Amino acid sequence: MVNDKPETVLELRHLRTEFGSREYPLVAVDDISFEVNAGEILGLVGESGSGKSITLRSILGIVRPRGRVAGEILWKGRDLAALDEAALRKVRGREIAMIFQEPMSSLNPLLTVGLQISENLVAHTGLDAKARRARATELLDMVGIPGARDRLGDYPHEFSGGMRQRVMIAIALASNPQLLLADEPTTALDVTIQDQILRLIQSLSRDLGMAVILVTHDMGVVAQTCDRVAVMYGGRLCEVGTTSQVIADARHPYALGLLRSIPRDVAPRTPLYSIPGAPPALNALPPGCAFSARCPVAGPECLDLRPPFETVGQFHKVACHHRFEALAHFNQQEAAQ
Amino acid sequence: MNMLTVEPAAPLLSIRDLSMRFSKSRSLSDTLAGRPRQIVSALNGVDLDVMPAETLGIVGESGCGKSTLARCIAGLHQPSSGDIRFEGQSVIGLKGASRRAYNRRVQMMFQDPYTSLNPRMTVRDTLREAISVHHMREGAAIDRRIYELLDLVRLPDGAADKYPHEFSGGQRQRIGIARALSLEPTCLVADELVSALDVSVQAQVVNLLLELQDNLGLTVLFVAHDLRLVRHVSHRVAVIYLGAIVEVGPSEALFSRPRHPYSQALLAAAPSLDPADRRRAPALSGELPSPLAIPPGCPFHVRCPHAAERCRTEKPVLRPVGGGMAACHFAEAISGA
Repeated sequence: MVNDKPETVLELRHLRTEFGSREYPLVAVDDISFEVNAGEILGLVGESGSGKSITLRSILGIVRPRGRVAGEILWKGRDLAALDEAALRKVRGREIAMIFQEPMSSLNPLLTVGLQISENLVAHTGLDAKARRARATELLDMVGIPGARDRLGDYPHEFSGGMRQRVMIAIALASNPQLLLADEPTTALDVTIQDQILRLIQSLSRDLGMAVILVTHDMGVVAQTCDRVAVMYGGRLCEVGTTSQVIADARHPYALGLLRSIPRDVAPRTPLYSIPGAPPALNALPPGCAFSARCPVAGPECLDLRPPFETVGQFHKVACHHRFEALAHFNQQEAAQ
Repeated sequence: MNMLTVEPAAPLLSIRDLSMRFSKSRSLSDTLAGRPRQIVSALNGVDLDVMPAETLGIVGESGCGKSTLARCIAGLHQPSSGDIRFEGQSVIGLKGASRRAYNRRVQMMFQDPYTSLNPRMTVRDTLREAISVHHMREGAAIDRRIYELLDLVRLPDGAADKYPHEFSGGQRQRIGIARALSLEPTCLVADELVSALDVSVQAQVVNLLLELQDNLGLTVLFVAHDLRLVRHVSHRVAVIYLGAIVEVGPSEALFSRPRHPYSQALLAAAPSLDPADRRRAPALSGELPSPLAIPPGCPFHVRCPHAAERCRTEKPVLRPVGGGMAACHFAEAISGA
């Protein structure tokens, strides 16, 4: 049988992460299902508090013990949610690595960069001291740090912000992970440096066949880096599709509004489209669609009834009761301008 | 004199050869070794005119001096040398009543809505303090003015007796705008006004700013790193690199056809929303040199793909190129003019 569907490495099924008391839980991630294919870059987009970082942390089990994770996290057929801490530690950092937003606070300021890379090599490979040193040099070289051999003995404060993020990536790559979880890796960086880091992640993913989940709030970053996108709002997924599908042909009213609020092809100094209201608090989410309070096309059922995911094209899925009205509403708006 | 000739309007603010140097504190070992204090040159001879009722966008990488320039204009830093003229009058060394009068007319709005409001003062207290210090209103007129201001920034009257922590980020920025407007300023300095906000909320604040500016005839200095937003709100844009202006010109001209190689790289690095614009190589290699040791000649030559021998020795001056000004020896050849 010919199967041209790419191999799925990670599959989330009905992932739910909650915090707080069991009587009044705060549900940060609510019933999320998506898959990541080998070698692809998946963008996870949403505003602050939408649950995108908690989704990443749930995959690696680093929200435990305070967070309670339910659902299935299938990593190459194994359910990570059911593993205990000891078994999970063998996967964490070795098969799945993670990099964070603030490279200064995620590196140890008291240890040299060489030592911090070696730590990972000691934990996950059987290399001896000499081989570890060679591998550390190779890794720094791979992430584009000039004069890699001489910089192993330097401390994090001797590197700039962009270079520190490169060091973080080198540490993450030390054990040849098949999946890299990148939590807003460029948010703290300038556009020119952001561009360098994104190109680096892209070329590493291509050359090493490594899958990446890139969490970001910037649609531009998605357009320039990701193969597929998942849009999150209020802890739930609202739209999933290929980058071009979501950017050029969004269907969910939140995704449509988000894209419309970014100035492009509009006359200078004219009012921008703005989504009314503010993102919801986790303890005030309606049982139905999380976006219903700010949605221009919401009906009475949206508040109570959770919209199911419906397929609107190959790879393209949307969770909205009124997607045709939404599209019509935004097209009308566009025509009016 | 011919009365029919239209005189170009006199600039509201005119900045000449403005420099700002900060000296770093010396470590004990440096003092003992007799090493000189290190000097950070944040601004190196900025020349800039701001016209009445225009929005001037100021863009550049972090550490390029854009916030320092904003703070010098708002009177929060005393520049090391150079001159700032407001309506023809120098404001350097102003004291007493004339300093207070200038401070009232040029108001600053800050980046971080979480730290720029006093957490122990209600909105009413914050606004009342500003109004009464400058004797804008007396007695019962103060309260009437407070409600007028809240209405102006679209906050409900009930907001007056709340504390900053009861508001979302976007609402806090509106309080910051109301505070600035309470003094009926001529010029607003917006230092990264919306950078800390979610994309869906940014548009609300930007629309408010544009509307207020048109209604009140304000001059706005819009300092930001989001190029798309700067293009949308600005009449003219200035690009800063290492404390000096490398290009300034009308917004549309500068964005559609940048003349300075740094502006070109900066624009190319900003992630476009069109996945078809994807590049494999970064737009600009290398990083911003340290302002402790600014390269001789053109400060950009170490990263410039077009750098020639002349660039290493001779510092280019800001000169008319196309419709604006650029500081590059080869601006015509590079931009194909």
